[in-house]
Amino acid sequence: MQEAYASSLPAVIRGEEAFQAARRQKRNAALLGAAVVLVCLLLAGWVSEAHPATLWAGLPRIFEYFGRILPDLRWDALFASAETEGSIAFWFYRLPEWALLIMETANMAVLATLLGSAVSLLLAFPAARNIAPSDLIFNLTRRFLEALRTVPEIVYALIFVWAFGVGALAGILAIALHSAGANGKLFAEAIENADMKPWDGVTSAGGSWFAACRFAILPQVLPNFLSYLLLRFEINIRSASVIGFVGAGGIGEELYKVISFNYYEEISAIILLIILTVVSVDLLSERLRHAAIGRLEATR
Amino acid sequence: MSDSSINLWRARMPAAFGPGPMQRGLRFLGLALFLAWFIGTLWYFDFSPTRLWNGLGGLGKIIVLMIPPSPGELWIEIMKGMAESVAMAFLGTFLAALVAIPLGFMGARNIVTVTLLRFSFRRVLDGMRGVDQLIWALAFVRAVGLGPLAGVLAIFISDIGILAKVYAEAIENAEKRQAEGVTAAGGGRLLGVRFGLLPQVAPVMLAQALYFFESNTRSASILGVVGAGGIGLQIAERIRVRHWDEVAFIIILMIITVAAIDWISGRIRRRLINA
Repeated sequence: MQEAYASSLPAVIRGEEAFQAARRQKRNAALLGAAVVLVCLLLAGWVSEAHPATLWAGLPRIFEYFGRILPDLRWDALFASAETEGSIAFWFYRLPEWALLIMETANMAVLATLLGSAVSLLLAFPAARNIAPSDLIFNLTRRFLEALRTVPEIVYALIFVWAFGVGALAGILAIALHSAGANGKLFAEAIENADMKPWDGVTSAGGSWFAACRFAILPQVLPNFLSYLLLRFEINIRSASVIGFVGAGGIGEELYKVISFNYYEEISAIILLIILTVVSVDLLSERLRHAAIGRLEATR
Repeated sequence: MSDSSINLWRARMPAAFGPGPMQRGLRFLGLALFLAWFIGTLWYFDFSPTRLWNGLGGLGKIIVLMIPPSPGELWIEIMKGMAESVAMAFLGTFLAALVAIPLGFMGARNIVTVTLLRFSFRRVLDGMRGVDQLIWALAFVRAVGLGPLAGVLAIFISDIGILAKVYAEAIENAEKRQAEGVTAAGGGRLLGVRFGLLPQVAPVMLAQALYFFESNTRSASILGVVGAGGIGLQIAERIRVRHWDEVAFIIILMIITVAAIDWISGRIRRRLINA
């Protein structure tokens, strides 16, 4: 017993040494990582002019600003008419105008989603690896879709405001173009995951490429497309609410004006309206998406 | 097959004979309504063919002027703007990730067991998430003045909401056994969190923070449009004075930078998850 213990002792020592070495190595790696992060942090702080002193000085101003944005509602006058200060009606005294703008924003988002998705629907078939007519066409359409979606919407909007003039048209086209790129990729991936047996059936019966796309692939992927379209609509309603900042229509223009002119209480009113719109669109679209997925399950 | 047997089958399984008159009418009505809405909105938003044609012509001219892209004389400003955007994204994400750790613990079901507290806390986070980053940026420009600091704050605030939620979910999904083991060995609740929970969720948290850094590099490049610093300011200025070749250069620079950040952060993320 004693002998066995003594003979295994070197192994224990070696094990302990290996453990310590591994621990040291891990600690050194962590220290190195922390040092790199610290250097990056200092560099970033220096470049972005976020000195602790300015940050500290700005803090009270931030609280003051957000304090001013909040409306002073009074409990006793909460449901009084728009003439009474401190009532909700007073806070939202321009509600009819804003409601129209919100409607306009929502319509912009719907139209942009539909137009963009129509483009992606056309481009998704040549951009799917399994059914693309040739490698060249596949690569060309894929790269084109990539280029469309890497440029941010706001940049498109800035350029389109020059080309098409100030207004919702520029915003719709900007959002549509970005959506076309983003959805095109998702649509193409959905097609790549489709079952190829119907495709073989249609082509062996003498169907053309277009016929095969229409009758073999489209019925399979349509619920998927619908779900992606709704998801894109949720994203686009957010974009449409801020694209007005550069003069491309919707509630964003009004919000920009209100913030620039420091109409404090109206800022919070409009932001609240935007949040309500976004949340209700999210809820609605979630239900519709589940319905679309339900249909997808039913067809399988 | 006689008429009577066809009618019998039609009565038995109407769906096999295509849509009935009722369904067809409804479909027609839906299509008509959609078309009415579509044409109405196109008219409302002034989608006239002449306007589209003129706009496309203008766009064509702009694209011709964009080639070849050139950095222009003030290329140092452009480079500085790009560096500023990346720095804004890094600082904003870092601060948000730091603050989101305690907030995530507060929002997790297995840490804070008071439902009302956790529920209201999560709704506050939802509200912060509902406001777009550009709106935050505009508000912070008003609060702290023009410059990258407003951008850093906008990224910081809008990311806290999402990161805290993601972290809370990571904490809720962690295994309980390790923490129980620490407690069983005599460790306190805090030690259980430190040695039982944190080692499980730390890689997930770090990977998520890196992922947000990537997406924030994208958004930080446009925050400057509203005056919050970075390359967005440069591109908006160049578009205002119609230096289209420089605009094209900035767009290409943005795409390359974002791709480079994606690549670096993707490598680090994969190493973290494998480790």
